[in-house]
Amino acid sequence: MASSSSRFQQYLSPEKEDELRKIANTIVSKRRGILAADESVATIGKRFDTIGLTNTEENRRKYRELLFSTDNSIADSISGVILFDETFRQSASDGTPFVKVLQNKGIIPGIKVDKGVVPLAGTLNECTTQGLDGLSERCAEYKKGGCGFAKWRCVLKISDHTPSYQAMIENANVLARYASICQQNGLVPIVEPEVLPDGTHDLQTAQRVTEEVLAFQYKALADHHVFLEGTLLKPNMVTAGQSCTKKYTSQDIARATVEALNRTVPPAVAGITFLSGGQSEEDATLNLNAINQYPGRKPWPLTFSYGRALQASVIKAWGGKDANIKAAQEELLKRARANGAAAVGEYQGGAAGAAGGQSLFVANHSY
Amino acid sequence: MCFAPDVCDIVPVAKMASRFVNYLSPQQEAELADIARRLVAPGKGILAADESISTCGKRLQEINVENSEDNRRRYRELLFSCEDAMAEHVSGVILFDETARQYDSFGTPFVKCLERKGIIPGIKVDKGVVPLAGTHGESTTTGLDGLKERCDEYKSMGIHFAKWRCVLKISKFTPSYLAMLENANVLARYASICQQSGLVPIVEPEVLPDGDHDLETARRITEEVLAFQYKALADHHVFLEGTLLKPNMVTAGQSYQGRYNSPEDNAMATVQALYRTVPAAVAGVVFLSGGQGEESATINLNAINKVPLRRPWPLTFSFGRALQASVLQAWQGKDENRKHAHDELLKRVKANGLAAQGKYQGGLEGMAAGKSLFVKDHAY
Repeated sequence: MASSSSRFQQYLSPEKEDELRKIANTIVSKRRGILAADESVATIGKRFDTIGLTNTEENRRKYRELLFSTDNSIADSISGVILFDETFRQSASDGTPFVKVLQNKGIIPGIKVDKGVVPLAGTLNECTTQGLDGLSERCAEYKKGGCGFAKWRCVLKISDHTPSYQAMIENANVLARYASICQQNGLVPIVEPEVLPDGTHDLQTAQRVTEEVLAFQYKALADHHVFLEGTLLKPNMVTAGQSCTKKYTSQDIARATVEALNRTVPPAVAGITFLSGGQSEEDATLNLNAINQYPGRKPWPLTFSYGRALQASVIKAWGGKDANIKAAQEELLKRARANGAAAVGEYQGGAAGAAGGQSLFVANHSY
Repeated sequence: MCFAPDVCDIVPVAKMASRFVNYLSPQQEAELADIARRLVAPGKGILAADESISTCGKRLQEINVENSEDNRRRYRELLFSCEDAMAEHVSGVILFDETARQYDSFGTPFVKCLERKGIIPGIKVDKGVVPLAGTHGESTTTGLDGLKERCDEYKSMGIHFAKWRCVLKISKFTPSYLAMLENANVLARYASICQQSGLVPIVEPEVLPDGDHDLETARRITEEVLAFQYKALADHHVFLEGTLLKPNMVTAGQSYQGRYNSPEDNAMATVQALYRTVPAAVAGVVFLSGGQGEESATINLNAINKVPLRRPWPLTFSFGRALQASVLQAWQGKDENRKHAHDELLKRVKANGLAAQGKYQGGLEGMAAGKSLFVKDHAY
């Protein structure tokens, strides 16, 4: 082959590129976004605490069954669901694996593949994320089991001296390694370099930090030859710190977010699926809507990959009781549709649910 | 370096406590973004007339005209006295320092001649390439010393944008990590200084067409170079909305012997390289023509504007040789040929203005249309 004497190796065959591109584009197709249902055992336990439900494997299974057996029209607004490993291996009460339940609805299953944050020695409480060992084999198994995409979360924190150069370069690099391994195994990597909202910093600071972090991210992806058309970015929206005294509007947030992205994210990236962070359900929708209405260059779809901001009302309505399943599923449909509309800048408001305005902020959030 | 007390007064105390310093005021940002936008207005592009004394000499020699200061002045007067219709397709002209200080036969400074036509004057500010020790013939570009003062002077003369060219070469072991890192960095320093003086920097990291490499290799390298470039610009806090990129089109090497690449192949490779590396915030992309013939450069630009990939920035021209070859041939150094030379220039700028919108249909070939303008290992 001519390319064996070339200095450049082929990273992916054209067929593999096409497959990844197709999956990524489907996930960000119009009016659709992702339901992040990949809470770890400990994290879902915290959610269950709020309704006084015990954190057993069966309760976790029941809860996910509630989500995935929602009316088929959910697929108009939800293109993919991120699963935790345990859930990937679980089934509905009738024995159908959850992966199949989703596929039957035309929803692409995805999988969280990182193994949580670990400290970076010599930093001011900064961290990186582990999970690269044996990742290729795990990805192959998930692909075989029906997943189309993966997700890996890194965390950066704003304070006087953070994020440090070390934290930015390390997290960008580990995300690029993860992305490369995923693509080799036919999984679209969602790249998530989350800048936490904790702190007293203003909107301008949040924007500058997000721009810096994303610049490191895309240089690392370029260095690792990652095929951008077959990736998604899951960034934070740019907001002031949770304890900042100055208040900002959705339009301020939209402007800061779109500016940060169009200064750093190449147009080739298939799409952007925002995390909701600690935002309330309604704010997460209003802000996504404002982002899509903001008149700046936005060459990628801008949609959602929400966990808390899609599930808070669902959990509240359910309360752990079978009798409430239908009502809880209604809440999910309502929020999913609202966010689907926001993803094209057409949200009109009025979808406030049981937990609508409640801030879902958890300090120093890890899974 | 000590800041004078009045400088500290300008910065509000609250901001001094923030880790981030304002790079530009909102007014400065607005001015730069406006200039940059006007340079890439629909159907318009840039005439690169910034040939150094020796390079201009080579052009004049081809038509047997002596390389004197007055001949260089006469030649640029020829270009800038073209009909006002020229301004429909030419948004800006890049000048060399000598030219920026010259006048037309009526005593009007060239900078003013251009302004009157509604064309924005620009200036080359680099001082040429120098070798990078320990590399395989690689280079960086000099010119940072005193650059701030020079930019301030140019701005006061009515010049609103600048250009700086770096050069990277493709061979078995190049471009090296050092060459990519160093050239990206020096371009970022230049860009930062320009913006502080109110000049829009055109960032030009040219990957030379010399070599026998294939199209795929050219694309991979251009992507690598541009990734270094935009990381450096981010690190130096450069305001991307107030910059332009002047890249090479992606083509196989000049001595490539393999399969034929159509304009569509080249265009696809070019846009792929750009959309994988150039943030949407960059005001526009103004291609250099390299060694391409006039007509080829236009056809390639046209094909680029039809590629079915995301292209959030205007894609237009900043051509030197590919706008002037026919002009020079028609002129021959003789005043009586001025009209003919002007016609050639109008033809080419119109053709490229159409190509910048993907609307070029052909039929505007000039006297030097098919001639390759390739100069080996081209330096100014």
